[in-house]
Amino acid sequence: MNAPAASPSEPEIHLGHVTKTFGRPRRGAESFTAVDDLVLDIAQGDMVAILGKTGCGKSTMFNMIAGLLAPSAGTVRVQGRDPFRHFNELRGKIAIVFQNDRLLPWRTAIGNVELGLEILDVAPRQRHDTARYWLSRLGLGGHENDYPHMLSGGMRQRVSIARAFATDATILLCDEPFSSLDEITGQRLRTEFANLVRENGKTAVFITHSIDEALQIGERVVVLRRPAKIAYDVRPREVGPQAWEAIRPNIRGILSE
Amino acid sequence: MVEELAKDKTPHGAFAQPARRLIEAAAPFVLLAACWQLGSLFFPKYLFPSLVDVLWHTLDIFATWSQLAEVLATFARILGGLVGAFVIGGVLATLMARSPPVDRFLAPILNFFQGIPALSWVVFAVIWFHGIELRIFFIMIVTSLPAFTFQVLGALRAISKDLAEMVLSFRPTRRKMFSALILPSIVGDILTAWKVNLGNASRVVVVAELVGATGGIGYELLQQQQIFDMAGALAWTLQLVFFVLIVQRIVTMLENRFLHYRAVSERTF
Repeated sequence: MNAPAASPSEPEIHLGHVTKTFGRPRRGAESFTAVDDLVLDIAQGDMVAILGKTGCGKSTMFNMIAGLLAPSAGTVRVQGRDPFRHFNELRGKIAIVFQNDRLLPWRTAIGNVELGLEILDVAPRQRHDTARYWLSRLGLGGHENDYPHMLSGGMRQRVSIARAFATDATILLCDEPFSSLDEITGQRLRTEFANLVRENGKTAVFITHSIDEALQIGERVVVLRRPAKIAYDVRPREVGPQAWEAIRPNIRGILSE
Repeated sequence: MVEELAKDKTPHGAFAQPARRLIEAAAPFVLLAACWQLGSLFFPKYLFPSLVDVLWHTLDIFATWSQLAEVLATFARILGGLVGAFVIGGVLATLMARSPPVDRFLAPILNFFQGIPALSWVVFAVIWFHGIELRIFFIMIVTSLPAFTFQVLGALRAISKDLAEMVLSFRPTRRKMFSALILPSIVGDILTAWKVNLGNASRVVVVAELVGATGGIGYELLQQQQIFDMAGALAWTLQLVFFVLIVQRIVTMLENRFLHYRAVSERTF
């Protein structure tokens, strides 16, 4: 049975008192709570940077939104559907850019970008044209037939961004996609990425552990303390630079806890 | 120095390298053949027959339908057994990869089977089964099955979790997951498994035919042994060697076709 779609007033992504515990305490094994009673709503078209220390449960939260993990308690809804239980119903709605490029080594750049479109059963001609367009948008025209090992780290990450945009998913989940790149390449890609998200009206959830990156990308910045629980939820451009600078040391403190 | 490097890139240099490789590959065989031929001058025919005799025997096998049919029967038994073992092994490996209880149940049985010598399986098959083809098929399956199962299982377990998560994030159907990720990930290991098992199967089939059949290369080898015809024994053996080499070559071509994307370091090891 299909789950009802989200009503217009419903948030695009809803996390209601979500807890995720790993291990099986009932069987005597040690358990670990990665996310603790997290409440978070993300509206359609929002660009949210999730900021937190490494190991604070950001990626666990991310995987629950993606439907790759089920919550131990609470509810996760994406466009009104449970992304884990109604996994297939969200096909084509969510795209992910991972920390590392995760390109299939046996596919060329264009073959990698076509992957999501193949899964969505897009006609070969159309998926080829779409993949070519996105590679060209990301400055990889002429590299369509290169295999991943022939590309630099920055180029590979561009391919993975093109792969995410090519499916025209309404929600983009990004798990520290630029953290493995050098400063200049990362900076350039961040700017391009933010522009693409805005131009295409996507809802984006961007995980990072860098305050500057969160500020550059996020219209809204959610700071998580360990285990994933909201410490701050601010819109830096709305609160203004003074207020932001006032809370910055506190955020830095949370990140260094 | 620069001139020397430039000289190496001339068409002559490009031609010389494959020619050198061919000579290097052929040299040990030429030396072996020369030693054998030399031995044939000093030893009786039933110990070291002339290679010319071996060649005539080999051509005779190719030219005589009844003999060629024996060769083809052996090839069919090898391929049939390997295909059967691969299919069953693939199913078992999939079940073991998906279910830890199935893995815990099947792994000890397969390990136990692996410890049983091929010759023992031949004896069991001769006792259990009356039909020759059934006997040989059974022997080929039980001797190749554990290796295929463990090799496919290993390949399935080696699939990158990161890549699996990435493909899964697009929410593929099972069929698409298989074609987009699983098959390309395991094809290299499967081809290697075929290469390894082909060599083993060609040895096992000869033993199986020697003891439990009335036809095939193994049976013909037994006939040659009874009449002390070394040239005949070598000629029949060569049929099997040619077969293994041809199939190995096909597998290598498939490897080149499917694994051409792999990065190759310019520094050779």
